[in-house]
Amino acid sequence: MAPKFCVLYVMTYVHVLTLAVSVNRSQEIPAAGLAFYHRLIFIMALRSAVGRLLINPHRCAIVSASRSQGTAAPARHDAEKTQQKSKAPKVQFNWRDALDLEGQLTEEEIMIRDSFRTYCQEKLMPRILMANRHEVFHREIISEMGELGILGPTIKGYGCAGTSYVAYGLIAREIERVDSGYRSVMSVQSSLVMHPINAYGTEEQKQKYLPKLARGEILGCFGLTEPNHGSDPAGMETRAKYNPSSRTYTLNGSKSWITNSPLADIAVVWAKCDDGKVRGFILERGMKGFSTPKIEGKFSLRASATGMILMDEVEVPEENLLPNVSGLGGPFGCLNNARYGIAWGSLGAAEFCFHAARQYTLDRIQFGVPLARNQLMQKKMADMLTDITIGLQSCLRLGRLIDEKKAAPEMISMLKRNNCGKALDIARQARDMLGGNGISDEYHIIRHAMNLESVNTYEGTHDIHALILGRAITGLQSFTVDK
Amino acid sequence: MSGRVLVGVKRVIDYAVKIRVKPDNSGVVTDGVKHSMNPFCEIAVEEAVKLKEKKLIKEVVAVSCGPQQSQETIRTALAMGADRGIHVEVAGKDYETLGPLQVSKIMAALAKKEDAQLLILGKQAIDDDCNQTGQMTAALLDWPQGTFASEVSLDGDKVKVVREIDGGLETIKISTPAVLTADLRLNTPRYATLPNIMKAKKKKIANVKPADLGVDLTSRLEVLKVEEPPQREAGVKVETVEDLVGKLKETGRI
Repeated sequence: MAPKFCVLYVMTYVHVLTLAVSVNRSQEIPAAGLAFYHRLIFIMALRSAVGRLLINPHRCAIVSASRSQGTAAPARHDAEKTQQKSKAPKVQFNWRDALDLEGQLTEEEIMIRDSFRTYCQEKLMPRILMANRHEVFHREIISEMGELGILGPTIKGYGCAGTSYVAYGLIAREIERVDSGYRSVMSVQSSLVMHPINAYGTEEQKQKYLPKLARGEILGCFGLTEPNHGSDPAGMETRAKYNPSSRTYTLNGSKSWITNSPLADIAVVWAKCDDGKVRGFILERGMKGFSTPKIEGKFSLRASATGMILMDEVEVPEENLLPNVSGLGGPFGCLNNARYGIAWGSLGAAEFCFHAARQYTLDRIQFGVPLARNQLMQKKMADMLTDITIGLQSCLRLGRLIDEKKAAPEMISMLKRNNCGKALDIARQARDMLGGNGISDEYHIIRHAMNLESVNTYEGTHDIHALILGRAITGLQSFTVDK
Repeated sequence: MSGRVLVGVKRVIDYAVKIRVKPDNSGVVTDGVKHSMNPFCEIAVEEAVKLKEKKLIKEVVAVSCGPQQSQETIRTALAMGADRGIHVEVAGKDYETLGPLQVSKIMAALAKKEDAQLLILGKQAIDDDCNQTGQMTAALLDWPQGTFASEVSLDGDKVKVVREIDGGLETIKISTPAVLTADLRLNTPRYATLPNIMKAKKKKIANVKPADLGVDLTSRLEVLKVEEPPQREAGVKVETVEDLVGKLKETGRI
């Protein structure tokens, strides 16, 4: 009896060693907090006493013990060994940062990114599983982000940080690494509510709203899209009629797919005035006739509350008109601001999916080898790595151009379209690589894949941005059927 | 009282990184490895900034001893709310042998030079786990010490410290100037806010050499060997309790 048991136990232990080795092989230096998190996912997956074995930090010992076992991923060369004093040091390829984006960032941008990444991984990541599963919007995150000072980061003054656009992009990427819904909330508040007030509002409006928005004390939303007018905002049916006697505007109409609206305190609504021009109005919760029902049955961006804005004879004082813009240039300016953040953000989601798929395929053994040993898997990962790396480089260039005030809207369209489309593909591929486990929200990838469907669509669909670029390339517009 | 608090911050390998021993067993691999501020030092900075926010002290000065990269650690402290930094340049061979004795001499010299009311350090660093610098500095300065602090309150020119000790909690009252070392439950360090990170750029970091402070950096210790812990061996399953006792006796465990 006894010998049989011993053999069984040893065999199980060897199997565990193999798993442990593959886990170790993949934990390369520098292993940021993300690697720790992957370890956590792996532990959750195993969920047994065996799993507890692997949390032992002295696992490195197991590596040296089983070096004799040939395994899939070879150990990385010691960076010191490869450095020769006479020649230039050999550059090690880093799949986490293939074109050394880190070296292109300023010390401040690195600090901002690192500090915010820690917040996202420590405070947002633990909430997202249940928030997404049960469709709960945690209003507190806006207050938390306000405390960190990352709302409206590019605005100067009014309690805002006044950072570069590159820093804004890095922030968006870190939030979206956790969830696109959370990043949508931040984008709306920063680019679609604070930005128009800052760019087109009066000094009184800025003083009244911006500091509170920056602190996350009040939540805003952006009302442009209508049930019957999504890609063609010019055709909007919401009307603003001026009443000279009361010096108010009466707004009538409905907006749909409005992020934050069910809980928003204020709404920046775009409506057509008597002269046929589109203008922006700040509506406040409590105004008679203003209601924001929630849209139910959403299977995307579930951690963010989305709803309609219904306006039934809402009286808006003329002080709430945004006076410094008329025409669609107003909303488009805001959208471009947000789209830039989305171009960065979608790559954050893509990076999460890529890293998660990589870790899973290294850990999962089928037919006696890790999934990552297979060519089909490696090709997929190579494509993911390339798209993400190139995408990030283009984002950095765009961010620097915007900071130098040398950017055109079509540049932003190009990157939003490319990065969101690629990120969606990456998420879908990653979902596939995880097999059955890929549809479980515990592995998070399916949530990103669901979310990126929206991200690819909102702020200008993939096709619409193609038309924007087509017009810029050919000089011929193809939005409408008329000439 | 000067109202100035000195906080020591150490640049260490990030807690989440898997450590690798160098092939020549002389130390651990640090090149290309992610570094960050020692977690206990973060708690120390947070406590100092809290005291300043309560207006009990006037200025927080962050100090770090190390190579050029230590400035990043000081910047993080500045982003958390410290007012200015002092970078004590120690590089190369000196940095490899830098230990609690040398750092405590530097800290003692700086505490006197800056006329500090309090010197707050982390209780230990997560790389060497020495837990000595605070105590040594207090001895060199002949200042009272409140170590393993889980609660600190200023009361005039005295400090009440609740210490975490083996038996439970010990409350002491010591007079300032004093040395405190922060334990885990003292506070939860804040995330550096974006505006503070941007302000940190403008705050000053002074450069000082140990020689300027009259400190001799020679180490009395020599690292002979660094090696990984012994590998975990296969277990053996036994049938009965008697077998277990027998096996334990066999291997000399009991």
